[in-house]
Amino acid sequence: MMEQDRPNPDELLERATQHAQKEQRGHLKIFFGASPGVGKTFAMLEAAQIQKRAGIDVVVGLVETHRRAETEALLDGLPALARRPVAHRGVTVQEFDLDAALTRRPELLLVDELAHTNAPGSRHRQRWQDVLELIDAGINVYTTVNVQHLDSLNDVVAQVTGVTVRETIPDSVLDQADEISLIDLPVEELRQRLEAGKVYLPDQAQRAMTGFFRPGNLIALREMALRRTADRVDAQMRSYRREHSIHATWPVTERLIVCIGPSPFSAKLIRAAKRMAERLQAEWIVAFVETSQFSTMPPEVRSRVLSSLRLAEQLGAETVTLSGDRIADSLLRYARTRNVSKIIIGKHAGSRWSRLVRNSLLDDLIADSGDIEVCAISGEPGAPLATAQPIAPAAPVPWLAYTQAALAVGASILASLAFRDSLNPTNLLMFYLLAVVVVAMRSSQSVALFATIFSVAAFDFFCVPPYFTLAVDDWQYLVTFGVIVTVGAIISGLTGRTRNQAAYAVDREARTQALYRLTKEMAGETRAFDAARRATAISSEIFDAKVVVFLEDEPGKISFRRRTTDFLPVPQTEEGTAQWVFDHGQKAGRGMDTLPGATALYLPLKGAESVVGVMAVILPTITGTPEQQHLLDNFASQTALAIERARATATAREAQLQVATEQVRSGLLSAVSHDLRTPLASITGAATTLLSQRENLSAETQNELLESIAQEAERLSRLVNNLLEMTRLESGAVSVNRDWHPLEEIVGAALRRVATQLGDRRVVIDLPAHLPPVSVDDVLIEQLFLNLFENAAKYTPPGSLIQLRARPDRAGLLIELSDSGPGFAPGDEKLVWEKFYRGTSTGTRGAGLGLAICRSIVVAHGGTVEAANQPTGGALIRIWLPLGGNPPKVPPGA
Amino acid sequence: MRNTPEILIVEDDEQIRRFLRATLAAERYRFHEALTAAEAIAQTAARQPDLIVLDLGLPDADGLEVIRQVRQTSQTPIIVLSARGREKDKIEALDLGADDFVSKPFAVGELLARIRAALRRAATISTDQEGSIFQVGNIKVDLAKRVVTVANEEVHLTPIEYRLLQTLIRHVGKVITQRQLLVEVWGPQHSEQAQYLRVYMAQLRRKLEADAARPRHLLTEPGVGYRLVELD
Repeated sequence: MMEQDRPNPDELLERATQHAQKEQRGHLKIFFGASPGVGKTFAMLEAAQIQKRAGIDVVVGLVETHRRAETEALLDGLPALARRPVAHRGVTVQEFDLDAALTRRPELLLVDELAHTNAPGSRHRQRWQDVLELIDAGINVYTTVNVQHLDSLNDVVAQVTGVTVRETIPDSVLDQADEISLIDLPVEELRQRLEAGKVYLPDQAQRAMTGFFRPGNLIALREMALRRTADRVDAQMRSYRREHSIHATWPVTERLIVCIGPSPFSAKLIRAAKRMAERLQAEWIVAFVETSQFSTMPPEVRSRVLSSLRLAEQLGAETVTLSGDRIADSLLRYARTRNVSKIIIGKHAGSRWSRLVRNSLLDDLIADSGDIEVCAISGEPGAPLATAQPIAPAAPVPWLAYTQAALAVGASILASLAFRDSLNPTNLLMFYLLAVVVVAMRSSQSVALFATIFSVAAFDFFCVPPYFTLAVDDWQYLVTFGVIVTVGAIISGLTGRTRNQAAYAVDREARTQALYRLTKEMAGETRAFDAARRATAISSEIFDAKVVVFLEDEPGKISFRRRTTDFLPVPQTEEGTAQWVFDHGQKAGRGMDTLPGATALYLPLKGAESVVGVMAVILPTITGTPEQQHLLDNFASQTALAIERARATATAREAQLQVATEQVRSGLLSAVSHDLRTPLASITGAATTLLSQRENLSAETQNELLESIAQEAERLSRLVNNLLEMTRLESGAVSVNRDWHPLEEIVGAALRRVATQLGDRRVVIDLPAHLPPVSVDDVLIEQLFLNLFENAAKYTPPGSLIQLRARPDRAGLLIELSDSGPGFAPGDEKLVWEKFYRGTSTGTRGAGLGLAICRSIVVAHGGTVEAANQPTGGALIRIWLPLGGNPPKVPPGA
Repeated sequence: MRNTPEILIVEDDEQIRRFLRATLAAERYRFHEALTAAEAIAQTAARQPDLIVLDLGLPDADGLEVIRQVRQTSQTPIIVLSARGREKDKIEALDLGADDFVSKPFAVGELLARIRAALRRAATISTDQEGSIFQVGNIKVDLAKRVVTVANEEVHLTPIEYRLLQTLIRHVGKVITQRQLLVEVWGPQHSEQAQYLRVYMAQLRRKLEADAARPRHLLTEPGVGYRLVELD
């Protein structure tokens, strides 16, 4: 059916993104060989020469010719980058110059030996990281690698050849390559080339022939290389079929989960699982279950887990850390939530006895796994497993505990001697048992063991006939000894575990607390920079480290100027490191594979959407404990989220402000459109009537129309004045031009201007004769009185009484305007000061700007306004203006 | 001697010119029109009008420039038309020698009153009636004897108060900027002491006006200056 042939939209999207990414990325071609000497470099150079002839800008980044003449001949005509000299332990090593390559930006760059380890001081630990950066930068790269350098094949190679290869590359690099060219050479030919000295110099060649280049090894390596390439071709085939909707039935994707522990065997387990996952075309998850004992293990063991997890990630696995004391339970619970079909664990190489005592993980898993398959992979034969024995952290021999144990047993001895004649030995034993229990409960296992053995010996010596010898007459006492030893072991084991759990709980609690504190304290920060600063303070306290957060100075650019601390704890030269971390969203710096030479560890602050900044941390130790690393990662992501949230809030606030402004604007528009149009309509109506029908109108009607035109024009004029005034005041274009003015002068001027509007309303002005001049802007205050009087005229019936009083008050000059009108409607007292608010009391007309202008003027003078109703009815408006000091004296007779 | 005064209207807006024309014709004034500053200056020189009504916003130059040019050769009264809220423009126009201003929008009656006052003032100055008796409302000033009476009762004024009143009388009907008053009463060195002026003006009002808060003759133009008016 058509329906089925249509590709899944999600897949299409994924492919589209992959394509898009590939568009910008450079093209990576790997010349892949089974062993040194098969001619990878030669093949690469030949291919490069063809490109060169095709007009491509080919540059040699770094090519190792091993002084083979025919290879060197192929370098002819290819420009080469200068190598970067790196001084390392007194020797100068010539390294590939990554920055030079990035600056030169050739179309095609040749970089030999992908698995090479860079000299310390280089940006990346290994060359494959350099190559990936080049690809990311959009430069096409040709490179070479041998099969034994592949991470997932590393241990197989070691098993087959007996040689452990240290320089490895993650398989994902090979998978990312756009093209792989297998350089195959039959074993016999290779050996002939070796013998002919075409690979190594003659004496080296002889050694190689019997060592690494044994025919057996070469055959095995060749097989691996062929198989790996075949896998890859197969994967390409599937991908092709998928892209072109060629459906074949293959099972629903399987999902594997690999459980690793602190053992060094984990790496092998991970590689084996990777191969299995590839064969099954399955997703795979690498899980580590953190038990309470884990925190008491030595740091190197704990870091091993961390590096195992990192290896898993490099190999393309999803990693997860679970917690719980019963590994099987935690694992199965997680496996079920993820619909895992297969669990892979390492086969425990413990003794039969230890398996009997401790239920092995395998047994637990099998017992409860239900329909999930459990698969155990054997460990390396004879490889020592790190036993998960808890150790006392930095434990010196606890002499005090031993002495206390000895004293406890000593007390038992005395007690048993005292009662030896009255009690039979079985009961005397109880004294010793008591001592063992007490010691076991209070001390470590070793002390408990000591107390147990000491007690058994003492009991035997003092209480078991024959006395004062260690000989035993009755073999039944052996049972007694056995019981004491068992009891001691069980109790000390139990208390030990409880103690561990408690310590672990405290530790986890501390971590949770730290995270909780960070989250909580940052929740209140509404500005990105404040959040970053808060995170800096908390993390430097919790990690006892120097911490600084760098934010973008301009979009996409990290700057040391924009940092959260006053002083800069890292050298200015590391700004580039921070930028690199920001650009790539990957950790780098101290303790990392990338830029390990840096003073600090740089963590990208990766939010949900983008990288928002970089956190630099200088821990007291180089790498810090795995828990610290883990917690740091959590801190970084929490900080990033907080910063992102703060930014989002700011954006939201801006949007809100815009909405509010928009509302004011639309309020203005509606008020203006209504208030401007109404008088305009009257004017237009009256004028057009007069124009067209003048002859039919009586003189009286004509007069009425003319009057209405004049009145409406007057009204329009007032409205426009108010609007302009308001705009001027709001835009801040008005500055208060203070000077000393007698209030009566300003009031008088205003009164004159509103005389016509006041009509027959009686205005009583009550100003004390001694009222000092006030420091105000006369034009603005005149406008204030003008609006107050106009407002009073508008809201009172003709013939009303309007009173204006002023007197000095504690708060300055108090001006009161009261009228005998209807007063404010309840609830209007506050609202009347708002723009475009019209009193609800009467159906008056106006834009609702008069009192708003009043308030703006008063506020500009540093005063306050208040509206109320008088107890006797009528509105009362109170205005306080600051007096503004003492007026200057005018010399008499001046 | 011309029997009817001749007025020059300097205004670029057609609608305003239109109703000014109608009003002035109805009042039997003779008038001419100028649409630009250049035209205004040319016409003033050519026609020697009795009065100029000048809009400050002209297309080719600032109206203030017209005042400056006209004042170089002529004392023709100038009434400025200006938008409200531009006190600075008004003061500048007055300081440059304009006689009065009317804020737009204005009622025709107001403009006509100002025109009449300005023409009368010009006539008074030209016939020079210094020494005669000046009277507004119930305020009577005998300029020769320096005696001031309000409702026939003598009011004692300090020398400065009298000088202030005298200056206002000299410019009766016209707005005088604070600066002009200060210079004429106290002298050029006191031109910034507006405070003096306000104190003395307040005292003068209390002595001469019935209700100082509602003056009928000694009026304040906030932000600009003062004006003595004869009657409304």
